[in-house]
Amino acid sequence: MPVITMREALNSAMREEMRRDPSVFLLGEEVAEYQGAYKITQGLFQEFGEWRVRDTPIAEEAIAGVAVGAAFVGMRPIAEMMTFNFSLLALDQIVNHAAKYRYMSGGQIRCPMVMRGPSGAAAQVAAQHSQAFESWFVHIPGLVVVMPSTPKDAKGLLKSAIRDDNPVIFMENEVLYNLKGEVPEAEYTIPLGLGDVKRAGKDVTIVAWSRSVQYALQAAELLAKDGVEAELVDPRTLRPLDEDVIFESVRKTNRCVVVEEGWRYAGFGAEIADRVQRECFDELDAPVIRVTAADVPMPYSKMLEKAFLPQPERVVEAVRQVLYR
Amino acid sequence: MITRVVLAKLSPTMEEGTIVKWSKQEGDVVKVGDVLAEIETDKANMEMEALGAGVLRKLLVPAGGKAPVGALIGVIADAGEDIAPTLAEAAKAAAAAPAPAPPAPAPVASAAPASPAPTAAAAPRAPIAAAPPAPPPAAAASGRVKASPLARAIASRSNVPLAAVAGSGPGGRIVKRDVEGYIASPAPARSAPAAARPAAPVPTVVAGTALPLSSMRRTIAKRLSESAFTAPHFYVTVEIEMDAAVSLREQLLRAEEVKVSFNDLLVKACAKALTRFPTVNASWTGETIQTHAEVHIGVAVSVPDGLITPVVRNADQKHVVDIAAEIKDLAARARDKKLKPEEFMGSTFTISNLGMFDVTEFTAIINPPESCILAVGAVRKQPVVKNDQLAVGHRMKVTLSSDHRVVDGALAAQFLAEVRRLLENPASLLL
Repeated sequence: MPVITMREALNSAMREEMRRDPSVFLLGEEVAEYQGAYKITQGLFQEFGEWRVRDTPIAEEAIAGVAVGAAFVGMRPIAEMMTFNFSLLALDQIVNHAAKYRYMSGGQIRCPMVMRGPSGAAAQVAAQHSQAFESWFVHIPGLVVVMPSTPKDAKGLLKSAIRDDNPVIFMENEVLYNLKGEVPEAEYTIPLGLGDVKRAGKDVTIVAWSRSVQYALQAAELLAKDGVEAELVDPRTLRPLDEDVIFESVRKTNRCVVVEEGWRYAGFGAEIADRVQRECFDELDAPVIRVTAADVPMPYSKMLEKAFLPQPERVVEAVRQVLYR
Repeated sequence: MITRVVLAKLSPTMEEGTIVKWSKQEGDVVKVGDVLAEIETDKANMEMEALGAGVLRKLLVPAGGKAPVGALIGVIADAGEDIAPTLAEAAKAAAAAPAPAPPAPAPVASAAPASPAPTAAAAPRAPIAAAPPAPPPAAAASGRVKASPLARAIASRSNVPLAAVAGSGPGGRIVKRDVEGYIASPAPARSAPAAARPAAPVPTVVAGTALPLSSMRRTIAKRLSESAFTAPHFYVTVEIEMDAAVSLREQLLRAEEVKVSFNDLLVKACAKALTRFPTVNASWTGETIQTHAEVHIGVAVSVPDGLITPVVRNADQKHVVDIAAEIKDLAARARDKKLKPEEFMGSTFTISNLGMFDVTEFTAIINPPESCILAVGAVRKQPVVKNDQLAVGHRMKVTLSSDHRVVDGALAAQFLAEVRRLLENPASLLL
């Protein structure tokens, strides 16, 4: 199986879907001539031309509004947010239009669009450019929220997202764009709403998605040296959530740690902790513990940035807490 | 990270503990699971482990000192970390608590609602010291056991009384490994270890001095007062012909070199009889009479500070030879204060034997939440009438104390008749 980066995986997902379906088109800031601020759209303008790969003004609400309108009339737009930090300007289009029309029109109007781009911290881009906003979008009924952690998942999930009839918020991570992994050459998709066990273990369940999967994997390696076998569950799609894969794991390990890059306060990990405590109450030997970002704006300092983010060591510490050792 | 070292609830009835010794000193690096201190509870000396890693920065109670369950007795933190706020908070909490206060409002979120409930002998439900005239202090009613949901589920599936399990989690929380450890704890080996030491001599006490109360003494005082003042006791005495038992014992010794005491035979006899009289093997709960599905016999053992009743579990199902070995082992470890909580908790009936002091007969106070206790005198050679002739025979007097709320006189008499029948035909005890 070829080994490619997540950047290449995302690019080939869009390329394949644009070849397969002429209603798929791409719009966003610098996606065409410049081939993407993070080069995710490399070569697409050359292959598909200006009608299907559109550069836009720096106007996120307009990008979202065009995408929503096009989707309403049967197109399948992919709207790139240079980063999700800027999607705040587009929230009215996403929350009040994309997420609502299928419901408010009694199913007559669908909004098969994808809004994608990087979310979360990169490296020293400070408070306004380092935010993990998944908790904002998962809150909205009508949206699908996807956060892949590997190149293979990224490609399979993005293809499913493009084909889905609901608005899909597809949150990538800048730090993961260069992550390499095996990706099948043949056509494949990964269904939305299906979680995945990234590492099998029997002693503790760690739930993590996107970049946090990396923290959790490193923590699992550290723990393995001490004879603790952590099971790592990656929900991949946060909404709808594959609860069963989490519950099944927790019923086996009796312990659960949730790792997320967002802030603790009302973060998505709280949703998971809530469901686990209710559905697995009699299986839990310890409270569910969350490892999150610090409850402050992201600092610029490199050292403070490290202290802000969930680190493998903090995951290890949380695991020890639920193991009582 | 700051880890508060709080005095863990190391036995279900523990309200305060004495720090016998600190195994780590201020400045020592500790990791999770390290033994921090040896704690004297009301029942035994137990080790307390560190729940967090770092440097043991502060010891707040010196060796020999006492503290209530849940009280801050030390602080583990990183080397440079500021622990002043933690200490200040602890000082404030201590000041707020009345002086010798038992369950102090501990300065910890997870502070155990330390139950002063008299639950040494633990039925799954906390015994409710019933009704008037002497209701226990309000707090005693709660008797809440802290356990993880999983630990509760396993305990319930395996019929383990949670109150008998010592919790090793934060604040004494019972977790999965504690319940599994309890279930797995092996019955004492058949080949019993070294002979029990002779009972310790009575310590020399200077007359006229006030003796400080040990934790065990306080517990005895409280629980037995409560029993005596709450449960209406009555007493029924029978005399048992022990000639056959004496002969059986000699045969076992001579032919098999197996040493079985009268008390071992009595434990077996009572256990068998209890299976036939479930109402005697029961507890008054205030609302109902809770009969127990299993027969666990407590055997009172005198120890230097007082007494403790290690438990022979499911004695009705054990061979008398195994019972003998088990009691020998339990008694020896009781004197060394090495019993685990589950080894002295959960009895459903108690036997107190003063035969070794050549006592003819006596009455005992019921060990709550049980309903009966059997007080046993010595087996004595005495003149008896056999076939209208005067002869020499072995006799033993036993007195059953019963809680009249549960057991009536006729039932007590019937139960004792069964105990007597079994001991007078002791071959049945070997079945």
